[in-house]
Amino acid sequence: MALISDGRFIEDAWRRLADEEALPKSGKFIVSLPRLEHAVEVLGPTATFGVIVPNTTEPSALIAALPRLDLISIAFPAFADGRGFSLARLLRRAQFKGELRASGRLVADQYPHAIGCGFDTIEIPDDLADRQDEEQWRAALNAYSMSYQRGYAGRGSILEARRKAVRS
Amino acid sequence: MPVFKHPQILIASNLTDGEVVFLGSSGWERDHRRARVARKAEEATALEALGKRDISANHVVDVYLADVEIGSDGAPTPLHYREKMRVKGPSVRLDLGKQAGEGAL
Amino acid sequence: MTAVDLRVAQRPNAPMTTYRYDEYDAAFVSERVAEFREQVNRRLSGALTEEEFRPFRLMNGLYLQLHAYMLRVAIPYGTLTARQMRRLADIADKWDKGYGHFTTRQNLQYNWPKLVDTPDILESLADVEMHAIQTSGNCIRNVTADHFAGVAPDEIEDPRPTAEFLRQWSSLHSEFSFLPRKFKIAVTGAEHDRAAILVHDIGLRIVKNDEGEIGYQVVVGGGLGRSPFIGKVVGDFVPREDLLAFLEAILRVYNRFGRRDNKYKARVKILVHEKGIDEIRAAVEAEFAAMDRSVFAHDPEEFERIAAFFAPPPYESLPATSALLRAAKLETPAFANFVDVNVGAHKIPGYAIVTVSLKPIGGVPGDATSDQMRVLADASERFGFGELRVSHEQNIILPHVRQDDLFALWSMLDAASLATANAGLVSDIISCPGLDYCSLATARSIPIAQAISKRFSDMSRQRRIGKLGVKISGCINACGHHHVGAIGILGLEKKGQESYQITLGGDPTFSASIGEILGPGVTAEQVPDVVEHLVDYYLAEREEGEAFIDTWRRIGHARFKDVLRREGEDGADI
Repeated sequence: MALISDGRFIEDAWRRLADEEALPKSGKFIVSLPRLEHAVEVLGPTATFGVIVPNTTEPSALIAALPRLDLISIAFPAFADGRGFSLARLLRRAQFKGELRASGRLVADQYPHAIGCGFDTIEIPDDLADRQDEEQWRAALNAYSMSYQRGYAGRGSILEARRKAVRS
Repeated sequence: MPVFKHPQILIASNLTDGEVVFLGSSGWERDHRRARVARKAEEATALEALGKRDISANHVVDVYLADVEIGSDGAPTPLHYREKMRVKGPSVRLDLGKQAGEGAL
Repeated sequence: MTAVDLRVAQRPNAPMTTYRYDEYDAAFVSERVAEFREQVNRRLSGALTEEEFRPFRLMNGLYLQLHAYMLRVAIPYGTLTARQMRRLADIADKWDKGYGHFTTRQNLQYNWPKLVDTPDILESLADVEMHAIQTSGNCIRNVTADHFAGVAPDEIEDPRPTAEFLRQWSSLHSEFSFLPRKFKIAVTGAEHDRAAILVHDIGLRIVKNDEGEIGYQVVVGGGLGRSPFIGKVVGDFVPREDLLAFLEAILRVYNRFGRRDNKYKARVKILVHEKGIDEIRAAVEAEFAAMDRSVFAHDPEEFERIAAFFAPPPYESLPATSALLRAAKLETPAFANFVDVNVGAHKIPGYAIVTVSLKPIGGVPGDATSDQMRVLADASERFGFGELRVSHEQNIILPHVRQDDLFALWSMLDAASLATANAGLVSDIISCPGLDYCSLATARSIPIAQAISKRFSDMSRQRRIGKLGVKISGCINACGHHHVGAIGILGLEKKGQESYQITLGGDPTFSASIGEILGPGVTAEQVPDVVEHLVDYYLAEREEGEAFIDTWRRIGHARFKDVLRREGEDGADI
């Protein structure tokens, strides 16, 4: 797997825990959604852990655990399945401040959308990273200087800019 | 695997310009009469493998086998009306498309 | 003084005609062109596979069709300037085959562009403030509106500022670019629906409440295609300040819960049908309540900025009727027929709305040659403030013509074979491209339209028949709106042959209804006979003032079915 952050391929400091693996004492690790409740229960307040969730997850199922989570990874079963974008928005709305990760076969051209909806990092399989290198991800990030929407992250809003121009 | 009933040719669209092309004995042809004809299931499978290769090589897209009949001159003609349309051009504009001698690779 | 006032001051007598880009719009569209150029390069190099490239090319209007690529250019709310129309003609000549096809969603399609040329075409479009953004793909499509917007006498408010507002909001929306399926929005501000809002994913009707405030009735879940539905009201009166938040709430509910397991069940109409409108309304209202609406807070200044572009052109003060027009009608019967059929009432005295039919007898519905496009551009400049509209009936509208100029305009159109006097009549047929061009089609539709048109080539007979919507689709996706045709025709494949299913009683307006199937499918050759029998039966049965659909509603479907059964038993050609 390759990890993209701020337009660069970086080392992943996180480890995805297999379901049969015991919860580690230290290090950054990611559990599956069915193990989340147990992890929150047994892990101490200093433990650094995250969860990977399907894109159909109800945000309410994560609300209780949000303050404990340092990372939420949302699985994209297909790159054209946009449910993860809405879930990311809802988790940000619920004040999740940790790392939000999109995991799946996302293509570089979706990067600005992912950032817009609140994702920080994108995790893609290696074969995809071979075809779509760092340069393409960076180019996608910089493809647009502004966006027409308001309240989406990453780029300046054209509406805000016009409002400023009119009122100044 | 679907039952092999009729001879078949491999039909595709050329990536760069969208022109309809047919796999011939030495590459893709714009004239279906130059298409290589599969007369057995194994030959059709071999055509499909070549099609996959050229999809991977980004030469063609939308590749599939089409049933044909063989005329007295040995040239294949598609059986289905959809592919009959593709080897000619729009029936409402006889001045356009392959039927008008247009298109080149 | 605002920026808008400055613009008006700089161009005192030149009407805006339509929305004009500011520096932000121009930068956005040019970045979109640059992005697509790179996407094409990456497709050719293999960095993008076809599967990956497909949604991105579709979101730029580029399809792969039966014979070639097809590029669908957006004509937002169907409004064009003369300069834009000329550019469409130039592109047709330079990169295509000298013609274009106007569609039922007020867009224009080129049937033969090369993939490698499309970035240049898009650049040429951007130069005249046009694009192909979101004319396809599983995203919010180009927003359509009443083609008589701003000039119709029955209008509460011009729907185009709203449509433009939504066009901008929906452009490359981060959250809603990968929806379960396509999403179409139409807006009307009139008492009569000419935008078919009840058969869109979202239909917006501008309304006034008892306090005289403007708001929107929001209808969701209409649509044609495999399973046609009439939309249902999800918001009775949404104030303008809440419109964006309300739409965002609907889209979020749809994006999360719309079906993705079966593409034929993925449209919002199926979600509304399966969950019921009450559950959907509750979900939308809950989402709306949870949103930070300050983010969407309505900007009256921004709305006014947009609305100013659609200000009326500098009309002259004219008498309500024209003596010149009256005299010309008496002198030239062909012109009189044109005026009676293709010319409509305008809200300003002394002006008229002219429909230029793109349905010559036996022609391809919606097609125009580049020369015809140029004639239309010239005509709009000479007689109509340089403004043109595209209607969802695939015709061109000149929205503000002085009645005094009608004869000169007609003469100019007639010389370019653009004066067919059949707007709304039986030969003004809506037709999708069908299997002559489209890779999804199961049968041809254009030749069917041509055959019906030729069958009714006697124009006086057409006028006697009166308003009659014939609509033809070449597959179940229903781009030809057959479900809402008074006579609808659907082309299917049956046992390896093209076969046509006929429906009666469809209606796309506020009295919307979905057509009912007449009987077993017929062959292409039989279609004109069937249509002719149906029309003859209607003529025999109709009461004073009844259109085809009225007679059908009054006497019922069964009696029309009987006609065909009788004809069949008599050994006739059905």
